[in-house]
Amino acid sequence: MVTLTHYLVLSAILFALGLFAVVTRRNGVAILMGIELMLNAANVNLVAFNKFTAPQALQGQIFALIVITLAACEAAVGLALVLAAYRSLETIYVDQINLMKW
Amino acid sequence: MSGEALAFWVLAVITLGSGVVVVTSHNIVHSAVALVPAFLGVTGLYVLLNAEFVAVIQVLIYAGAITVLILFVIMLTEGGTGLRVPQRNEQGAVGAAVALAMAALLSTVALRATWGIGTRTLVYTPGDIGQSFLGPNLLVFEGTSIVLLVSLIGAIIIARKED
Repeated sequence: MVTLTHYLVLSAILFALGLFAVVTRRNGVAILMGIELMLNAANVNLVAFNKFTAPQALQGQIFALIVITLAACEAAVGLALVLAAYRSLETIYVDQINLMKW
Repeated sequence: MSGEALAFWVLAVITLGSGVVVVTSHNIVHSAVALVPAFLGVTGLYVLLNAEFVAVIQVLIYAGAITVLILFVIMLTEGGTGLRVPQRNEQGAVGAAVALAMAALLSTVALRATWGIGTRTLVYTPGDIGQSFLGPNLLVFEGTSIVLLVSLIGAIIIARKED
């Protein structure tokens, strides 16, 4: 019997993996990958809550679809920013992008 | 063990295993390619949760588009696998501690809380989702389309070469 708690714990672990990538990776693209993992974890939560706690509603799936759309937007803009940073600073390692760091 | 439980555990292992590869691999291309099984594992979870339409969209957008976009940018910027430079900053221990604390916190909350459990299980068709998008959720739908347009223009302007 797979319960809601199984899905919640799974998505918590997936979220923590994404968080680990975001705080430890140096490469800007790898940080974006971590953000995608975190968004996926949130989506699993939304769809699981939709099925288990409010099966007559559709809002969880609707929200998951909107989050997927916004994740695509975020990936496009984020990768464009990485490209722009590479073009002007010739690095995508975020610890070397420290022009505005005091 | 029922078939559903077996499928859940297999999908969980696939998702988390490739997630670990994404997070820890020294080769950035391996990380990007390992995103695909992670996304497909999440797709399987959506199918288990009766969300077939979300599953199809997940395959199309995540496993298809976003992974290819990420690979493109890796090839455009780094021109290789990034094996010669360290891929992780010096905060590895602190980051691992923070991530473990976050996982423990979220898991504890999930294990302790009691959720109201719905009784019926329904079948969600793409038609229902479309009706909902053009009915009660019309404002969100329109707002999302504006965000899509803005991010499209923004991405073009940011990534454009300045002459």
